Amino acid sequence: MTQTIPQVADYIRILPELVLAFFGLVVMVLDPLLDDEGSRKTLGGIALLGALCGLGASLWMAQSPGLAFWNMVRVDSFSVFFHVLITAIVAVVILTSYEYMAVQRIRAGEYYGLILFGAVGMTLMSSAVELVLIFIALEISSISSYVLAGFRRREASSSESSLKYFLLGSFATAFFLYGVALMFGATGSTNITAISQALQAKGVPRLAYVAVALMFVGLGFKVASAPFHVWTPDVYEGAPAPIVALMSTGSKAAAFAVLLRVMFEINTPGRFWLIWVSAALSMTLGNLSALVQDNVKRLLAYSSIAHAGYLLVAFAAQPGPGISAAMFYTASYAAMNVGAFAVVSHFAGAEERYVTLADYAGLGRRSPLLAATLTIFLLSLIGIPITGGFFAKFYVFSAALKSGLVWLTLIGLLNSAIGAYYYLRIIVMMYMREPKGEITVRRIPASLGVALALSVLATLYLGVLPGRVLDFALRSATQLMQPHRAAITPAPTPPVGTM
Amino acid sequence: MPENYIVRYLPLLFHMLIAAVLAGGMVVLSYFVGYRRPTRAKMSPYECGMTPVGDARGRFSVKFYLVAMLFILFDVEAVFLYPWAVILRQLKMFGFYEMMVYIGIVLVGLFYVWKKGVLDWNQTSTRRGTI
Amino acid sequence: MTPSLHLWLIPILPLVGAAINGLMGRRCSRHAVSGVAVAFSGAAFAMALWVASQISSLSLPHLELLSPWIRAGNFQADFAFFLDQLSLLMLLVVSGVGFLIHLYSIGYMWDDAGFSRFMSYLNLFMFFMLTLVLAGNYLLMFIGWEGVGLSSYLLIGFWFTKDSAASAGKKAFIVNRIGDFGFLIALFLLIKHFNTLNFAQLFEQIRPLQPEVAGAGLLTAIGLLLMVGAAGKSAQIPLYVWLPDAMEGPTPVSALIHAATMVTAGVYMVARSHLIFDRAPSALTVVAIIGTLTALFAATIGIAQTDIKKVLAYSTISQLGYMFMACGVAAYSAGVFHLMTHAFFKGLLFLAAGSVIHAVGGEQDMRRMGGLRKYIPWTFWTMTVATFAIAGFPPLAGFFSKDEILWKAYSSPHGSWVFWLIGVVTAFITSFYMFRLWFLTFFGEYRGAQPSSKAKLATEPAAHDSHAPDPHAHDNHGHGHGTPHESPMIMVLPLAILAVLSFVGGWVAIGGRFERFLAPVFDSGLTASVAESAAETGGSTETLLMGISIAAAVSGLFLAWFLYHRQPALPARIAASLGGVYTAVYNKYYVDDLYNTVFVKPLLKGSTTVLWHGVDQAAIDGTVNVAADSARHVSDSVRHMQSGNLRSYAGWVAAGAAAVIAYIIWAGVR
Repeated sequence: MTQTIPQVADYIRILPELVLAFFGLVVMVLDPLLDDEGSRKTLGGIALLGALCGLGASLWMAQSPGLAFWNMVRVDSFSVFFHVLITAIVAVVILTSYEYMAVQRIRAGEYYGLILFGAVGMTLMSSAVELVLIFIALEISSISSYVLAGFRRREASSSESSLKYFLLGSFATAFFLYGVALMFGATGSTNITAISQALQAKGVPRLAYVAVALMFVGLGFKVASAPFHVWTPDVYEGAPAPIVALMSTGSKAAAFAVLLRVMFEINTPGRFWLIWVSAALSMTLGNLSALVQDNVKRLLAYSSIAHAGYLLVAFAAQPGPGISAAMFYTASYAAMNVGAFAVVSHFAGAEERYVTLADYAGLGRRSPLLAATLTIFLLSLIGIPITGGFFAKFYVFSAALKSGLVWLTLIGLLNSAIGAYYYLRIIVMMYMREPKGEITVRRIPASLGVALALSVLATLYLGVLPGRVLDFALRSATQLMQPHRAAITPAPTPPVGTM
Repeated sequence: MPENYIVRYLPLLFHMLIAAVLAGGMVVLSYFVGYRRPTRAKMSPYECGMTPVGDARGRFSVKFYLVAMLFILFDVEAVFLYPWAVILRQLKMFGFYEMMVYIGIVLVGLFYVWKKGVLDWNQTSTRRGTI
Repeated sequence: MTPSLHLWLIPILPLVGAAINGLMGRRCSRHAVSGVAVAFSGAAFAMALWVASQISSLSLPHLELLSPWIRAGNFQADFAFFLDQLSLLMLLVVSGVGFLIHLYSIGYMWDDAGFSRFMSYLNLFMFFMLTLVLAGNYLLMFIGWEGVGLSSYLLIGFWFTKDSAASAGKKAFIVNRIGDFGFLIALFLLIKHFNTLNFAQLFEQIRPLQPEVAGAGLLTAIGLLLMVGAAGKSAQIPLYVWLPDAMEGPTPVSALIHAATMVTAGVYMVARSHLIFDRAPSALTVVAIIGTLTALFAATIGIAQTDIKKVLAYSTISQLGYMFMACGVAAYSAGVFHLMTHAFFKGLLFLAAGSVIHAVGGEQDMRRMGGLRKYIPWTFWTMTVATFAIAGFPPLAGFFSKDEILWKAYSSPHGSWVFWLIGVVTAFITSFYMFRLWFLTFFGEYRGAQPSSKAKLATEPAAHDSHAPDPHAHDNHGHGHGTPHESPMIMVLPLAILAVLSFVGGWVAIGGRFERFLAPVFDSGLTASVAESAAETGGSTETLLMGISIAAAVSGLFLAWFLYHRQPALPARIAASLGGVYTAVYNKYYVDDLYNTVFVKPLLKGSTTVLWHGVDQAAIDGTVNVAADSARHVSDSVRHMQSGNLRSYAGWVAAGAAAVIAYIIWAGVR
């Protein structure tokens, strides 16, 4: 029975989650004690501190890789990568939110708390190796997002966004849960390692195929890949812009992390064509629909669908290059998309009034700095060299080509070309059209400036020096591919029932 | 094994049959034996005491929902104490500390709800303006 | 690996300087700007000196990995630095001469409106050039290579409001691109066949290969393509045309980039790739022929030029030709030696020429100079050292290096007496036109504007190079431009230092010390045989040949003295009697016009009619418009999927799920 008592190392391995949750609680306790103005300032600072401590804790956690809590959590390079990525995203999103909260007159307390709790779920998703725990983490992050999506309480569209996200999200999560149940039925375990071993040892029962399909539906919804993407534009349009930044990068990265673990570590049977079709559909539908959008948030929502498609291309490739390419893509997509939404949230003004393409006309003249940064992010989204987006696409497509996926690569490249059109449309609007009407662009406050600078730096860093990050991703990929050597500790996996 | 397998479920079958016969028998019996004088109120479907017919947009105080939701939340959280209590001796002090942390978190929630004024039934609007 | 030297600091320091000056220079005083520029380039030089002092305790070549950069499959190119004797030498030359020219520029550019921009560009150039010489693989080298091209473009067109400067910059950039194309293809071939661009691994693979004696193989192709790249950067036939035009840039730029450092990058690259060239004798021969022809060709053009900077420009091309000649006969150390001495005396020549131009108020035409030795003694004496050095008078630096090249051209197994002969003729011509410049500028009577015509001068934009964007910025020396005057101390000091170096710089080779220093770099197969056959040919021949080349230099001096000092009227008459030949030389053999007619004009016309109107407007724009229209059409129909209705969304998800499950069951059953 020595196994029942967790060791210190176990706690270190979930330290980022503990830290984030602790700061979330602090925010919750302080919130009722402060007035509106105070809560905005103080709680924002505490939340930022929490995210940064979470980042530090992730780095500390990296020092002690291994399994924790009866093989439910695994710390390896892979989970460290996503921990660092997600906490960094959260920090930047919190920075972006300072000004946004003031301008939109949103009460800050629950907002920051929920962001931190959401981050707990997201980080846990990346390190959990136990399907039930993954499900719980998924729910923690999802429920936070449902609430956050409705935070612009005076806007009907925001409530609509929240409700739609909630209903459809629950619907999709049910699929995932059902898939987990069937997987348990098929293999007798919910532990990813155990499942993988069972499938290798005993052959693949038919039930496992269905389980995979159901889990894919649930996760496909979370990453907004076609045909489970329909919720995305409505939800992104209504939700507060910084939250969209978080949902489209942080939650997505976490969901992709789970998808990577489930697909590759289990070496899921029958996944290839599922992913192939979903990738092709996501890219095509996302890009085609984005062409005619006039609302920038909606446009970026479709773009996010398309990018989920590009990312899925990596999933169809061979595991080695595929995993690392996918990880690199999530990182560089996070950098550029958080940045883009930071600009959008600043420019949108009170009640997010200025979000149509026409409002962006002449921005290049009115606020050259804002326009220039947005241009960098858009160029990165297109995939122009010296931005992170270029290497992200480059690695994904070269991984696909190496695996002989000529057609999928071709579809991807064609789609990139289509995609360039609508991103360039924004740039053209900003620089080559006369401004219409009087839109006062507020000064960029320091917090937002820092957030933008960080995003720009990250985007350019990944575009100029991708080596270090890719190297790390490659190492994580190899670890992910041979978990059994690392994971089979002498400690026996306890029967699932006791957990 | 196959015979055994099915035989084991035989009592269940009997149970279901008896239930069906009993329920069906009562309905049929009352149909024949009973004395009926239908009125409007009698013919209306039974809905736990609420008026089943009327304007669907009837207004309730949102507090009903809030209290109901909070009740469920704290209820479920409290229920968690039971399985814990069963194996407390095996878990030793570790289990005790874990539960203290757990209860601490629940109390933070209670504190939050309290300070927000949700439990204050008489107040027309909550103390801090928003929930 | 040996302890880290932090080599990366050397290129980064000037970059920091460039960033500071580029971002904040406009708001700072000139003193601050020059302080930053000099401090950072000086720090790079100091660091280079420190590294040089450490080499005895190092095992060369020394590799330093800064950070991974591109990793794709097995291929990797990193931010890695490579230090051996060759790159150390280049490092010292580039940072040392660069530092001196930074000093000089402070005086020269002080009154220019774009002072901080100029200093920032200069620092940026240092960064790229140092990256180029320190690079540990061809790809990083290529970054530096392109970067110096960029800096060169920016600096040639520094006075961009002047049309000729802007188009000279463009010309340099485009001609260089042609060379870079060859370089790039060579790199692709290397990647394809050796799967690496890192010097260490690449040369390890090439070392055991046999020379491609018969016919042309892969290495020959790579060698030739590398030579195309080198010809572009180092202004060799047929890509030399940009360098004379590049003299539109400020004079310190001409000294630093277009004489001392950047243009020698081609020589450095060929020397660095010597293992490839050693194994491709036919490519080597091509290098030698191109070098020899360029040397002669450019020297003859130099005779007839009247613009002081143009003379020096053609002289640079000619001297670069010598270096390629040396490389082409596999005497790389001789080529690198000449590179070094040339950096000293040609840098000095340009700086002194700048000082002359500065003195006479922006005049560049030598026919309007003369007698200047009285006015500007410092400039005169330093320039005299440089002139004697380039002409090959012992015991100055140019004598040693040029003699070494000529001797190797004669004695090397790859050499031939033809190369030697042309080399000697060129040496004679070089001596002649350099002394022509010397006599025209410093002797006789001052033929420029007299003090009495001061009024007329004042109305002209009296800029140093006569084309400053802001005339007011320049004409405030206090003593006007009527009488030629000596330059300020900060300009004279670099002149003096370079003069000393031009004087003694060649002595390092006495007794073969220089060759032994570089021997570990070039120690691979063929260079050994160069030394052997040199020994075979024997010492008496060497003495004889040395005598001949000294005689050539002296006779050049004598002829120039006779024509331009004793009988100043004679040259015009000779030119007249030569007629067509003189006109052809004067017009640089009409090469520019030829290129214009054969390449530029047809290209422009073709681009306009076929590419612009035909392909771009009709085909591409047409297709894109049709594609965009149809995409919008499709998109329009796709958007109907997005009804906003929650139930239909759920329906979509459910339908998708159904499809997925149906497929997977089918796949599982199968």
